[in-house]
Amino acid sequence: MNRLNSLFNQKKNNLLSVYFTAGYPTINSTIDIAEALEKAGADFLEIGFPYSDPVADGPTIQHSSQQALDNGMNLNLLFEQLAELRQRVSIPVLLMGYANPMVQYGVERFCAKAAEVGVDGVIVPDLPMYEYETLYKDSFANHNISNIFLVTPQTAEARIRKIDELSNSFIYLLSSASITGGNLALSDVTETYFKRIKDMELNNPIVIGFGIGNKAAFDKATSYANGAIVGSAFVKFLAEDNYMERIPEFVKGIRG
Amino acid sequence: MKYNVNEQGYYGDFGGAYIPEMLYPNVEELRQQYNAIITDEAFIAEFDQLMKDYVGRPSPLYLAKRLSEKYGANIFLKREDLNHTGSHKINNAIGQILLAQRLGKKRIIAETGAGQHGVATATVCALKGIECVVYMGEIDMERQAPNVARMKMLGAKVVAATSGSKTLKDATNEAMRDWINNPIDTHYIIGSVVGPYPYPEMVARFQSIISLETKKQLLEHTGKELPEYVLACVGGGSNAMGMFYHFLDDEEVKLIAVEAAGKGVNSGRSAATSVLGREGILHGSRTILMQTDDGQVVEPYSISAGLDYPGIGPQHAHLHKVQRAQYVNITDDESLEAGLLVSQLEGIIPAIESAHAFAYLEKMKFEKTDNVVICLSGRGDKDLSTYIKHFGF
Repeated sequence: MNRLNSLFNQKKNNLLSVYFTAGYPTINSTIDIAEALEKAGADFLEIGFPYSDPVADGPTIQHSSQQALDNGMNLNLLFEQLAELRQRVSIPVLLMGYANPMVQYGVERFCAKAAEVGVDGVIVPDLPMYEYETLYKDSFANHNISNIFLVTPQTAEARIRKIDELSNSFIYLLSSASITGGNLALSDVTETYFKRIKDMELNNPIVIGFGIGNKAAFDKATSYANGAIVGSAFVKFLAEDNYMERIPEFVKGIRG
Repeated sequence: MKYNVNEQGYYGDFGGAYIPEMLYPNVEELRQQYNAIITDEAFIAEFDQLMKDYVGRPSPLYLAKRLSEKYGANIFLKREDLNHTGSHKINNAIGQILLAQRLGKKRIIAETGAGQHGVATATVCALKGIECVVYMGEIDMERQAPNVARMKMLGAKVVAATSGSKTLKDATNEAMRDWINNPIDTHYIIGSVVGPYPYPEMVARFQSIISLETKKQLLEHTGKELPEYVLACVGGGSNAMGMFYHFLDDEEVKLIAVEAAGKGVNSGRSAATSVLGREGILHGSRTILMQTDDGQVVEPYSISAGLDYPGIGPQHAHLHKVQRAQYVNITDDESLEAGLLVSQLEGIIPAIESAHAFAYLEKMKFEKTDNVVICLSGRGDKDLSTYIKHFGF
């Protein structure tokens, strides 16, 4: 039982998660943004650790990753910054990034360090289920770090069931098979897909991400799932003037 | 075949399929179907016919007399430069377009560095009347403008990769993003023995025709199937894997893979992955790649755009680790000198990629009776401007 489990036990609907890249827009902005998002009413957070070759991301998050790397962000520094995370932020926090930086850091060491600073889960899009199960599952379990799997419109039912078995906090449902930064298409196809997943009555809560950038998309997603994740839209917002003071306004714009 | 892939897609510690869930169905479809498709009789018949009548195979195995005299051994050149489109890349492109057709795909995407794989892909798409989109780094588009024009003339759309370093690795990233966004109707023709399983295995099998022919031809030339040495250049490693494939289990054959040292291994401007790289994950497989301590991919450098890649295929990583093949390297200058030498001793202008393999002959010691096969993976027409600039012709 970690903070994620407690959250999903207490609150079943309209959960809002926000993604942003560590070290963007400035090298020291990570904890300040996290704190402001909690105060503005976000339910949990995803902090991206940057990678030079983020193949699952669209231009907005690619840019923030590159900028963060140029600013000097890396995993050692991120964990240093996160040492004060739990003095300032109480909602669940996940780290999101690609497999290579985590593997270079050492997956066991990564999980230990993440647990030490109070991180609750990890999302690594290019860490496959087979490798997770055979190589890394014990490290995650030993440190009580949840591994979050993605499900797309093309994921077969048997595979979704397997993902449900291996998950222990929530499942990240992609609104479409695409890279980040698109717009949630409110098509019949999407709704049929959301309904199909809902009707599977999975053990884990469902959170929908990709293409959630406004209130309409958030409302649509949360009518089928327990929550929704805003990523690219928030990262884009961070490039605007006075973003820090305006974070409550951004969150209100999504939540209404 | 102890050096081949296992059921999980691994060569020893290397390989696998490190892909986002969005690509899982695409890669899984390939994994489940490719073997049955490419071993089907009708497939083999069409592949063989195109290889013969369209590509011009078998490519000759040529005993290079003057090079042989110079180095004191029997030096044979496997003439992949004589293939249609000018390099070995067409072997894989033909195989994959036939596969894509049988998978019912309507659209082809590819990445390219120097443009050789892009041209080969645009060619087979024209042959089959299938839409073709080639991703190419913005910087590579400038330095390889003639190949961009060739692809366009063949009807392909060439899209500039403007992210990151704007070269081959970024073109690969963009192609993967395209594939994520178009999961159902699109097949991604990867040009080298890299990427998630089954690509490294599939591409190696399509390229293995190089060593299959070589064995037969060598028997005709020398009365023996096996040479003492086999040499090939390595970027991602597709011509080398094709050249090594049928010799892997013949342990007495020494396999030599020549990487690009660029300005020198310790110059900070190099692509000698086996020396400078560490184990990690790149473009969907666990392999050896050049990276920072923090796991960020390092931009490599070589004068040869085809060798300018920060990783090597997972099977190469395995052959390196278990020392079945020897990985060596050659600088820009050494490769250009070798290109000039081969031109003037044999009347063959090699691609700068292939010239790296020739340059290593200078560093070897032979017995008079040694038989040596070098993969002449491509012709040098595309590199004329680089040669001219260097030698001031």
